[in-house]
Amino acid sequence: MIETEQLSRRYGKLTAVDALSIRVEPGQVLGLLGPNGAGKSTAMRMIAGFLVPTSGTARVCGHDVGREPLLAKRLLGYLPEGAPSYGEMTVREFLQFIVRMRGLKPDVAYRRFDEVVQRLELEEVLELSIDTLSKGLRRRVGLAQAIVHDPPVLVLDEPTDGLDPNQKHAVRQLIDAMARERTILISTHLLEEVHALCNRVVIIARGRLLADATPAELERRSRYHGAVSFSASGSGMSQEMLGRLPQVAAIEVDSLDGRITVFPKPGERILEAVEMLLRKQGIEVAEIQLERGRLDEVFRQITTEGGGDIDAMAEVRT
Amino acid sequence: MNPVSAVMRRELRSYFVTPVAYLFLVIFLVLSGILTFYAGDFYERGQADLQPFFVMHPWLYLILVPAITMRMWAEEAKSGTLELLLTLPLTLWQAMLGKFLAAWLFIGLALALTFPVWVTVNYLGAPDNGVILVGYLGSWLMAGTFIAIGACMSALTRSQVVAFILTALVSVLLILAGQPQVMDFFHGTLPRQLVNAAAHLSMLRHFQAIARGVLDLRDVLYFLLSMMGWLIAGVLLLDLKRTR
Repeated sequence: MIETEQLSRRYGKLTAVDALSIRVEPGQVLGLLGPNGAGKSTAMRMIAGFLVPTSGTARVCGHDVGREPLLAKRLLGYLPEGAPSYGEMTVREFLQFIVRMRGLKPDVAYRRFDEVVQRLELEEVLELSIDTLSKGLRRRVGLAQAIVHDPPVLVLDEPTDGLDPNQKHAVRQLIDAMARERTILISTHLLEEVHALCNRVVIIARGRLLADATPAELERRSRYHGAVSFSASGSGMSQEMLGRLPQVAAIEVDSLDGRITVFPKPGERILEAVEMLLRKQGIEVAEIQLERGRLDEVFRQITTEGGGDIDAMAEVRT
Repeated sequence: MNPVSAVMRRELRSYFVTPVAYLFLVIFLVLSGILTFYAGDFYERGQADLQPFFVMHPWLYLILVPAITMRMWAEEAKSGTLELLLTLPLTLWQAMLGKFLAAWLFIGLALALTFPVWVTVNYLGAPDNGVILVGYLGSWLMAGTFIAIGACMSALTRSQVVAFILTALVSVLLILAGQPQVMDFFHGTLPRQLVNAAAHLSMLRHFQAIARGVLDLRDVLYFLLSMMGWLIAGVLLLDLKRTR
């Protein structure tokens, strides 16, 4: 479990993290989302015990990171931003160093070492020095380092940054597999990752918590939620007809590929109505889709809006 | 395994992965040899001891120790591994001690490798090997103090060059503090007690006694306490960085 209470951090006059209170339970994968410079890394550094908060506390499994740093750090696996590691060491030396620092018993250490190397597919690069590895491999070494002691709590700062799509998929599967009994906090700016990994999302900007919800709840805030989009040939006429449907609020046509998106009025379901109308008109529809809502749009909306709306959001949350 | 020894082993290994360690050893051995036999009047004195050898050590350390210690913390801060290291379950103290011991052992190795000088003097005459042993011990203690200064200065900055210069600067001040020329200069301007007190901080004064074979507890304590003082300062600096 990770808890932060009014966690704040100021650098001179700049407030990087502003009274952040979150609580992540075992079994949860919480995605910390925010624009660059929002305070994600600073918050994670305080939870991991690298930075001392200006005010407020962070606890890992009940241990105050400031008062009982060693107990908290033992229970924590941490991947710092950019996955730093000692470049002159080989992957094997580096992981062995971490295993020693983690104080694992020899039999456990051997088993965990092999397990982690296998899981992150590092067998072939074990004897190479980390400096010579690609960005993706270094990230995997960083992940291996974070999970080698099988911690109950994981804090991962942009775990899939710099990975290709296949590696991203592999890392997501790994996190997913570990998620069941563990408490996992990841930061990301990839919205697809939130879908793939997280069962909870916290959005912060300028150090402040702006939203705390499930990905589905966030999607529901999108104006695309419940919208129907389709592409059809010769649909100029159908637009007008669609606009006359009582449930429909607006219609947009993509200027690039001519795809039509029909937006419902609040609380209305329009898929059946749209389909029926298209059939009646005899319009050939290549493909039709019910939109779940677009996270990127919600994200933009939440992180760029002024303070008034932010407070409204906070109210919704509590 | 204990985190102190894990850090120490990692540091020691990192010396030998890069050419730094070999370069250091070669330069240290060559310079200590040249200085002893040519500049130190080793033969002309006609005495079978290693005084000319040990007398050069403060000046060797002045240049060479900062080269070893400058990267100790500065590099970790710059490359981001500091964050990794300090989020592992160890205290700042353990990290500092591990790094310090690695450097100290390394200088110990460099000193041990000067054994041909000792062989030579034993071949040429019949020196008091107890005195020589005490001299080595004193040199090693002094090296520890230089390293502790370097560790502190490296914790202060992300720049290795700055760490090098600061370490050399503080070291030269501590070497010279008790020299008559320096004392005379300050006697005119500062109270006598203050100057005398400063003179007691002089590394050279404490080292010269040990190098002559006089193992005074006060001199040993001087070096041990200096090491502790600089290491504590270094730990405090690192801790300050986390709050700033």
